[in-house]
Order: sequence, then C-alpha cells, then structure tokens
Amino acid sequence: MIPVEYYLVLSAFMFTTGVIGVLIRRNAIVLFMSIELMLNSANLTFVTFASFLGDSAGQVFIFFVMTVAAAEAAVGLAIMIALFRNKQTLNADEVNVLKW
Amino acid sequence: MTLEIILFILFALIGAASGVLMITRKNPVMSALFLILNFAALAGVYLLLNAQFIAVVQIIVYAGAIMVLFLFVIMLLRPDAEISILRTNPLLKYVAIGVGVLVFAQLIYLIFFFKPLNITPSDVAERIQIGTVENIGTEIYTKYIIPVQVAGFLLLSATIGALVLAKKKFE
Repeated sequence: MIPVEYYLVLSAFMFTTGVIGVLIRRNAIVLFMSIELMLNSANLTFVTFASFLGDSAGQVFIFFVMTVAAAEAAVGLAIMIALFRNKQTLNADEVNVLKW
Repeated sequence: MTLEIILFILFALIGAASGVLMITRKNPVMSALFLILNFAALAGVYLLLNAQFIAVVQIIVYAGAIMVLFLFVIMLLRPDAEISILRTNPLLKYVAIGVGVLVFAQLIYLIFFFKPLNITPSDVAERIQIGTVENIGTEIYTKYIIPVQVAGFLLLSATIGALVLAKKKFE
C-alpha cells in the first residue's frame, strides 16, 4: 500500500513543472501544454483522494476537467491559428496590441 | 519492495522526468511528444490507484485526441525557432526558480503539515468497485446528470467557437 503522500508529492512536482514552464517559455503552444500539465496534476490529486476516501465523486469530476481541457484546447488552438495568420508569430511577447 | 512500489516509482519517475523534459525542449514537437509520455505515465499511476476507466479515458482523450490536435497545429503553423527568454532576460531565470520553489514549498507544506482529514485507506475491494465503468456511468447519468448536460453544452459552444475563430475572414 503506497501512502497518500507519495501521489500528492508527484502531483505537486508536476504542478510546479507546469508553473515554471509557463514562466520560462514564450511559444504560445508550449504555454498551452504547460497548462495541460497543471490540469493533469490536479486530476491526479482528484483520483488519489477519490481512491483513498472511497468516494467516486473525484473520479466523476475528472470528466468535467477533461471537458474543460478539451474545450480550452480547441478554442485556444483556433485562436493561435487566427493569430498566426495575422502576425506570423507564436511568440507570446510579440502579441502585445492590447497592452499599453 | 512490492511490485506496487516498483511500478509506482517507475511511473512517477517517467512522469516527472518527461514533464521536466517537456518544458526544456526547444522544438515544440519534442515538447508535445514528451507530454504524451507524461500522460501515458499518469495513466499507469491511475491504474495503481484502481481507477481503470479514468486510465483508459486518459489515454484515449488526452494522449489521443487532445495531443493530436496540438501536434497538428504545431505542424500546420511551423513556428520559427523560439528565442529563449532566458538568454534575452537572464534575470527571469531566478524569478522562475524562485516562484517554482515557493509554489512547491507551499504544496509540500499543505501535504505534510496540514491534515484536516484523517485518511484511513479504503479497502482494496471498495477501491476497485468505485473505479469501474459501471459505477462511474451510473454516477454520471443519475447523480451528475445536470453537470453532464452543462459539459455537453460547453463542448458544443467550444466547437462553434473554434470554427468561427479559425475561419479565414471575420465578417
């Protein structure tokens, strides 16, 4: 029987990796992938507690997280295609027309 | 060392290492492939937690559908090589390390020093029972039917939104 902390530490490490990825990368698609990594670490926490507390609500919740992730990926990548068509770049720092 | 511990260490190491490799590769295609490896390792961890259905869905939906979409967009757009922000702005490296250490320390603090719940592990028979397709399907279509409808509506609007955004011209 693996203690619950092991899973939670793995989840925390993956979340931190995602946060650092968002900070150090400038390719908008890789930023998206870092966000997916963070969503997945949250999923791991959900499954861990669902399993250890014997409650299936956590596993059901993952479906909603996955739905939101899929919707986010579809809309976000469509925005990226529109962005690339207009600016010929995916660098998040060069997209600054809304900034003043 | 039981087989469970060995498998957990194996999957956890693959998951953690592929996550780190994902954010450090320059080529976005390599990043996407490492993220797929990370999702596969996570599916293995889900199996260790007796969440069979979630593990299968993780492979089909995440590693399959979502990552194919990512790879397709990367290959469609072929973005020019990324200029590492760490080279143009070296200060940011310390900021990133600082924020990372802070977030990780907070999470570790929460995990080890803050235990409102007294977690007594449920027995294995019960854990296997809650992860089956039958149990999750029953829960989704009875107790959580309205959230499922909302999720379906969200997916519909995301589909329409993606179509509108990716169109050639805005009217």
